Amino acid sequence: MKRFLIPLAVFFVLVIFLAIGLTLNPRDVPSPLKDKPAPAFKLPQLAAADKSFSPADLKGKVWLLNVWASWCVSCRQEHPLLVSFAKEGKVPVVGLNYKDQPGDAKNWLAKFGDPYVLSAVDADGRVGIDYGVYGVPETYVIDKAGTIRMKHTGPITPESLQKQILPLVAELSK
Amino acid sequence: MKLHTLLICCVLMFSGATMAKEAAPMAADVEIEKRMVAISEELRCLVCQNESLSGSHAELAQDLRREIRKMIGEGKTDKEILDFMVARYGDFVRYRPPVKPTTWLLWGGPFVLLAGGIAALIAFLRRRAKEDAAPELSEEERRRAAALLDQSNS
Repeated sequence: MKRFLIPLAVFFVLVIFLAIGLTLNPRDVPSPLKDKPAPAFKLPQLAAADKSFSPADLKGKVWLLNVWASWCVSCRQEHPLLVSFAKEGKVPVVGLNYKDQPGDAKNWLAKFGDPYVLSAVDADGRVGIDYGVYGVPETYVIDKAGTIRMKHTGPITPESLQKQILPLVAELSK
Repeated sequence: MKLHTLLICCVLMFSGATMAKEAAPMAADVEIEKRMVAISEELRCLVCQNESLSGSHAELAQDLRREIRKMIGEGKTDKEILDFMVARYGDFVRYRPPVKPTTWLLWGGPFVLLAGGIAALIAFLRRRAKEDAAPELSEEERRRAAALLDQSNS
C-alpha cells in the first residue's frame, strides 16, 4: 500500500505546484522602482512642443503616469477605461508617449479620446528605460512626495482598477 | 524575366547597402562591441524573456544595447552597468541573479532535490539488497539440498 501512496503523494504535490504556476503571470516582474522616487526627467509636451513637463511639477499631488503609444495594440484595450477614469477627475493622469511619432500620437488621441492632462514625448525611449518600461502600456501610481507606490504592467482591467489602483489612490490622497 | 532579375539585383544592392551601414559602428570600436556583447549575454531581454539581451531583436533590446555602448564609452565598469540594469528592471534581468534570501530556493533548490534523490536511491538499494540476499538455511534444509545435488550429479 505504501508503495503506491508515496508516488501518489509526490504526484499531487507536483500537480499543486504546476497549478499555482499556471495562475502566475510571467510578465508581471516586480519592479525594483516601487517605493523609490520617480526618476526625474524633462520632456516636451505632445500638444505643445515648446512647453515641457517634469514629474517635479506635480509634487504634492497623487497622480498616475501611463506609458502609451499609438502603435501599441493593448493600449487601445485599456483606453476606454482610462478615458472614463479620467472623466471622474479623481487624480491627474499624465501620459508618457513612448517611442512614437507625434503625428500618429495626436491622431490616435483625437480618434480614441484623450484622458491625459498632458502627454510627455519620450521619442527615443530613454525615459522609459529609467522607469523600467519593457512592455507598453504600463501605469505608475506616484504619491504626493513623488515616490512610485505601484507599477502596473500591461493593460489596466476594470478589476485591477477597482481592486488595486483606486484603493491605493484613495489611501494616498488622504 | 529581365525585370525579375533587375528587381533581385536591386534588392541585393540595397540589402548590401543597409548591412554596410549597420556594421559601421561595430567596426569602429571592436573593444566596445566585445564588452557590450559580453555584458548583454548576462542580461535577459524582458520583452522576450527567454532570450538574452545580446541575441534579441526586440526594440527595447536594441535601445538597451545602445545604452550599454554609451556607458562603456563613458568609462563605466561592467558592475556599474549591471547595477544600472538591475536598478531599473530588477534581479530578474540577470541570468545569474545574486544569492540572497529571496533567491536561496532558486540557487539551492536543485541541490536539495539532488540530495533527496540520492537519499531515496540509497534507501531503495539497501532495501532491495536485503530482499535479494539468499535466505538463511537451517541445518535440516542444508542436508536436504546436499542430498538433492548429489542425486542430480550421479
